[in-house]
Amino acid sequence: MNPIKNISRRSFVRSIGLASGGLILACNTSIFSDKEKVPENLIDFNPNLFVQLNSDGSLILIASRSEMGNGVRTSLTSVIADEMEADWDMVTVKQGTGDKKYGDQNTDGSRSIRYLYETMRQMGAIAKVMLISAAAQTWQVSEEECMAENHFVIHSSGKKLGYGDLVEKAKTLEPPTDFKLKNPKDFKYIGKHLKGVDVKEYANGSAVFGLDKRLPNMKYAAIERCPVTFGTVKFFDKIEALKIPGVENVIEIPRIAKPFGALGGVVVIASNTWAAFKGKEALKVEWDFGENKVYDSEKYMNMITKNVHKQGKVSKDTGNVNRAFKNASKIVESTFQLPHLSHAPMETPNAVAWVQGDTCEVWAPTQDPQSARKEVSNYLETDRENVTINVTFLGGGFGRKSKPDYVVEAVMVSKAINAPVQVVWTREDDIKHGYYHTTSAQYMKASLDSNGKVTGWLHRFALPSIMSTFSPGVDYAAGWEIGSASNVPFDIKNMKIEVGQAPAHVRIGWLRSVINIPHGFSINVFADELAYAAKKDPLEFRLNLIGNDRIEDTQDEIKYNTARLKNVLKIAAKNADWGKQLPEGHAYGLAVHYSFYSYVASVIEVSVINEKVKVHNIFTAIDCGTVVNKNTVTSQMEGAAIFGMSLAYYGKITAKDGAIEQNNYNDYKMVRMHQSPNVHVEIVESTERPTGVGEPGVPVIAPAIVNAIFKVTGKRYHNLPLMDQGLV
Amino acid sequence: MITLRINGEKHSIDVAPDMPLLWAIRDIIGFTGTKYGCGKGLCGSCKVMLDGSPVQSCMIPVSAAKNKSIITIEGESKNLQLLQESWVELNVPQCGFCQPGQLIAATALLDKNDNPTDEDINKAMIGNICRCGTYQRIKKAIHRTVELKNQS
Repeated sequence: MNPIKNISRRSFVRSIGLASGGLILACNTSIFSDKEKVPENLIDFNPNLFVQLNSDGSLILIASRSEMGNGVRTSLTSVIADEMEADWDMVTVKQGTGDKKYGDQNTDGSRSIRYLYETMRQMGAIAKVMLISAAAQTWQVSEEECMAENHFVIHSSGKKLGYGDLVEKAKTLEPPTDFKLKNPKDFKYIGKHLKGVDVKEYANGSAVFGLDKRLPNMKYAAIERCPVTFGTVKFFDKIEALKIPGVENVIEIPRIAKPFGALGGVVVIASNTWAAFKGKEALKVEWDFGENKVYDSEKYMNMITKNVHKQGKVSKDTGNVNRAFKNASKIVESTFQLPHLSHAPMETPNAVAWVQGDTCEVWAPTQDPQSARKEVSNYLETDRENVTINVTFLGGGFGRKSKPDYVVEAVMVSKAINAPVQVVWTREDDIKHGYYHTTSAQYMKASLDSNGKVTGWLHRFALPSIMSTFSPGVDYAAGWEIGSASNVPFDIKNMKIEVGQAPAHVRIGWLRSVINIPHGFSINVFADELAYAAKKDPLEFRLNLIGNDRIEDTQDEIKYNTARLKNVLKIAAKNADWGKQLPEGHAYGLAVHYSFYSYVASVIEVSVINEKVKVHNIFTAIDCGTVVNKNTVTSQMEGAAIFGMSLAYYGKITAKDGAIEQNNYNDYKMVRMHQSPNVHVEIVESTERPTGVGEPGVPVIAPAIVNAIFKVTGKRYHNLPLMDQGLV
Repeated sequence: MITLRINGEKHSIDVAPDMPLLWAIRDIIGFTGTKYGCGKGLCGSCKVMLDGSPVQSCMIPVSAAKNKSIITIEGESKNLQLLQESWVELNVPQCGFCQPGQLIAATALLDKNDNPTDEDINKAMIGNICRCGTYQRIKKAIHRTVELKNQS
């Protein structure tokens, strides 16, 4: 039985937002990934990928993943269009609502293409065969005499029919089980530079982000939340707030004590956003701060640093590290300290909700509409079918918008006031009430023998775990937060990885590249220190430290190949012309890291003049297997360079008496145009499975900068951000 | 009532005189291309042209924009449209949210400077944050616009 179905005549077509009339194919992607048996009965068939060809030739694809600058709407679409021999100009993309029928929609973990690539190719190939059959039947010729090209089926005699003209016939056909995928060398869109499908709307201001959603009679709301995480309202005075023109109502919403639940607080409801913001400022609220009032990030750093200076929980122990240390001819030790970070996407969290009786419709910039749907239906105690989550464009996500706490807030307010409402977070709300990237202390110790070879490696770290958000009380890193330290691909016989205690006092969440930020930093900086301790060139030393070509023994289905790791490092070094004479005060630094199954290296040219650092050039090489859209991969690497620079220069969220001290882009700064370097990207040609792109470019940036600064100044910086060292 | 002239059309609105121009444009008049990013004049997402100068509309009270010519991203101005074309050609936007502000800042630059250097661009664009990090492409797209103008 074919997993891909012709559903042109089925009534549920309307429920996926497609108009009936065209040729509609559907399939269930899990059939391919899970190798499940294909259901014989169509009633059990839950398709999650849809493509519709209309008689005017227009081709509509439903994007199940969220667009937040990751280019996913373009890349998902181009795969089907390529196999289908469709004309790119005839393709439009519709955004799927949050629904299980789309399978996993969480746009997180750099996995959209990784998960959907094969299925989308098959879908396109099947559509093509059906159109060829339709043409062959129309002409009463053999299918072998026909071929598809650029939205036409062409007969060997030269006659041709447009895809649109073939729709009626194709609708009556069963999808074939016998079809061939294109030879990759014939790809027209896959692996090429393809323009984003939404670029025009972005450039002319017509793209609708969550913040731009408007409904008739919609109210605007802003929420005053407790400065301390999980604190609650003791008392509030709304008199002054209600005096502000446009403010209509002030209510309290409770905290929903769930990982993605609302924080609770006092809500100002108004006829426009400005009035809601002003009303919020005019509120007088007394808080019960709760137990997180003790959180002082400076004292906390001292505590977790102590925890990594003593034995922790052992999570990996190969060979005999103690013996290696005892027999060393040289020992190197370093301690690293990294602060919390905030996602700070340009569009603050926001959502429009309209609760009407048992049903609820939401418009939100969300990375994970199904998770939002689940939280909303649980809160309203209504069936999931009664909740519709419309996904708008996202003004940046970086992990923040896969946590739908802000959607729950909007639903709570709409229900309370019985009207459609848009809850808008101020920038200050965003900086002060986030799901923060973890803060960390790391201790590293290594031994070298008399030839400068590394014989022992100890890596100990303490950081509040993301799991603490899901299971309060968790105070050690989870297994998947250890992997990027314990899978370090160095050819060292004696290795030990230990984890120290670190309870959480704020909501900890994943931020673009997640645990690879602290581990990628410490490992790359420490390896550079070892090169100098061994009196070797950092590039040559690192290639030797990675060692021979081999597949690392990880549990994952996609294997970690050291040859690919070394290859990206060599390419980045070659493109930078590593070893060449640079101007006075300039130097190169390097870093290489494996994350989300992709391999990335960067060589960065930095100058330090008058004790100020400037990044001039970044040479990045990435191996992410088969590339779907080169333009997307290139722009993700360019963007990752700036994201990495911002965290290296400025990234620092601190807490005092439990409250976050930063406010806005004045004290949580970002790299700007005048600091922006030239980023040179090379993508490794590969036919391996496609792997992550959105995140893996980030972890190498900060360590490569720090390594370059050392080369210029002889000073080694183990702590970020660099603004604290007076360097920016 | 305050009358605003936006993209050549007059809009009379009844709002507090201290309401920032940003919110009058977005919430009262309904042009949502102009974005809220920080509310403190720090990020440039809300930039519009006010009598030919780029301003952060979150910092300008609506009363100060009375009877002045306002151009938003939805509006027309020769350099704006040319820049938008280069933005598309070079695939500048990632998430796209800050780009209206970036384009207004770039328009203001080209209105005053026919052939900006990298240094000129750095100065003109310093007030605009892009969290996705599209600066390099923005710079290229500004140069590309100048190149196309010189060709025609």
